[in-house]
Amino acid sequence: MQENENCKNIKASRRDFFKQSSLLAAIALTPSAVINAAQQEWDEKVASAIEEVSVQLDVNGIKHSLSIEPRVTLLDLLREQLHLTGTKKGCDHGQCGACTVHVNGNRINSCMTLAVMQEGKKITTIEGLAKGDKLHPMQEAFIKHDGFQCGYCTPGQIMSAVACIREGHADTEAEIREYMSGNICRCGAYPNIVDAIMEVKKGGKKV
Amino acid sequence: MRQFTYLRPSTSKAAIDALSKDPNAQFIAGGTNLIDLMKKGVMAPEKLVDINNLPLKEIKKQTGNLHIGALALNSDVSENKLVTQYHPLLSLALKAGASAQLRNMATVGGNMLQRTRCFYFYEPSLPCNKREPGSGCGALEGVNRMHAIFGWSDKCIAVHPSDMAIAMVALDASVLVYGPKGNRRIPFQDFHRLPGDTPEKDNSLEKGELVMGVEIPDGPFTKNVHYLKVRDRASYAFALVSVAAALNISGKTIKDARLAMGGVAHKPWRLLDAEKALIGKPATEETFKQAADIAMRGAKGFKYNSFKIPMGKNAILDALKTAAAKV
Ligand SMILES: Cc1cc2nc3c(=O)[nH]c(=O)nc-3n(C[C@H](O)[C@H](O)[C@H](O)COP(=O)(O)OP(=O)(O)OC[C@H]3O[C@@H](n4cnc5c(N)ncnc54)[C@H](O)[C@@H]3O)c2cc1C
Ligand code: FES
Ligand code: FES
Repeated sequence: MQENENCKNIKASRRDFFKQSSLLAAIALTPSAVINAAQQEWDEKVASAIEEVSVQLDVNGIKHSLSIEPRVTLLDLLREQLHLTGTKKGCDHGQCGACTVHVNGNRINSCMTLAVMQEGKKITTIEGLAKGDKLHPMQEAFIKHDGFQCGYCTPGQIMSAVACIREGHADTEAEIREYMSGNICRCGAYPNIVDAIMEVKKGGKKV
Repeated sequence: MRQFTYLRPSTSKAAIDALSKDPNAQFIAGGTNLIDLMKKGVMAPEKLVDINNLPLKEIKKQTGNLHIGALALNSDVSENKLVTQYHPLLSLALKAGASAQLRNMATVGGNMLQRTRCFYFYEPSLPCNKREPGSGCGALEGVNRMHAIFGWSDKCIAVHPSDMAIAMVALDASVLVYGPKGNRRIPFQDFHRLPGDTPEKDNSLEKGELVMGVEIPDGPFTKNVHYLKVRDRASYAFALVSVAAALNISGKTIKDARLAMGGVAHKPWRLLDAEKALIGKPATEETFKQAADIAMRGAKGFKYNSFKIPMGKNAILDALKTAAAKV
């Protein structure tokens, strides 16, 4: 009994020690990073007082009239305000392709554009690809060929793959690999992704 | 990201007025570089002037040159028939850059004005004279694998990351600029600058000036051209070194030549002496080797990037051989 109490105390104080010492280490090692974080918090508070702008967007055929802060990216708008969480945030810096959507039919990284800049445009996300319960041929091909493992990159891969065929850049395996290079897959499903795209391309169906 | 106010003017005049009135305003085009830097806290404009409503997308053939609007997308330019017909080198360089998605967003103006990818520039907690004049150059004695071997100063050893710009400088393009003082034309060669004592200035654009487009003079480089990019992975990575090579071969003789390198300097690096060594010579490996030797004279590397000197030489040789072999 007595021993147990002691144990708890030691554990608690050790945890506190780690907390404090890691905070000190953080300040000592990266002072300006900490200052940056503090400034950002201050920013978040002021944000609510700053004026919002109105934006009209057509997302998957549905018109939305929204009031947003200019600094909201298209990706954050889709995920956090329209709750279309199929579009993923991987890196948030244009380096992975998980956030790929179509704007007026062309593939882009939604993390690298502001939602206000897309005023009046037609946005298609992974949620808008299937026709009701009928999957898009590219979605079917990804399932058939096991074009994923964890699935995190998959919505971006599929949006990119559809555009890759539409652009006319899916004639050979080498061309597909080059034109799909903007979509990184941490699970390394690349060979199966290429197979899926090749099959849809050869099938000749309109995508 | 810090807050900012957002404007979307519909005339170039209104756009430059909006910018010149406000010391902390920035144009935004595709956003692929500026938004990245704003998220990192490297840039924090208080006002963004979105120029996407300006009529600057056109690609048109004029007498003596090809005009490309500043808002033409990198993807559209790379696939454009006039571009592939008159200046295939530009198309190759654009296709070597970024990814299909990014090229669908990135504009010609934004591409030439993108900032360096130096790690020290990108990380506000580290010293960088370009981001914060006087704070020192972290790369000089730090991790400098991606950095310059030509034209650097002890204040900055960053490189300009654009692929497109390497083709532009090789093709003798000019930049058309409109600003508070009117219109002017800057030779591409003089558009970007060397760091010297003021690395915070990437180029010769003045406050409030808007890039309207570029003009590329007609030339003979329609067949024997190549853009070779050496990078850490096969695609979707910035250049360690890149080479834009253009030859005009008649019979076996090189009538005219252009050679420029990327990934090696604070600006697109035109190799005029090497070009001179090619002109009038037979298009043989021997000639190309000599040109490559001349090209790399004066190159000076740092702890982690000296590999760029032999790599550059080999890349020039390879690019010239590939260009010459095209039929
Ligand atoms: C992951 C990743 C990989 C990349 N890989 C490559 C690569 O391999 N090769 C390569 O070359 N590039 C690469 N890039 C960079 C990309 O090419 C640039 O980000 C893009 O070209 C910038 O164009 P933009 O229109 O998006 O510019 P923006 O981000 O909109 O603007 C960039 C700057 O230019 C200014 N500006 C824009 N237009 C004008 C104008 N008309 N007049 C005056 N000022 C203007 C803006 O104020 C801003 O300061 C990569 C980018 C990312 C994110
Ligand atoms: S989240 Fe947009 S590219 Fe990674
Ligand atoms: S399936 Fe896991 S990242 Fe691609």
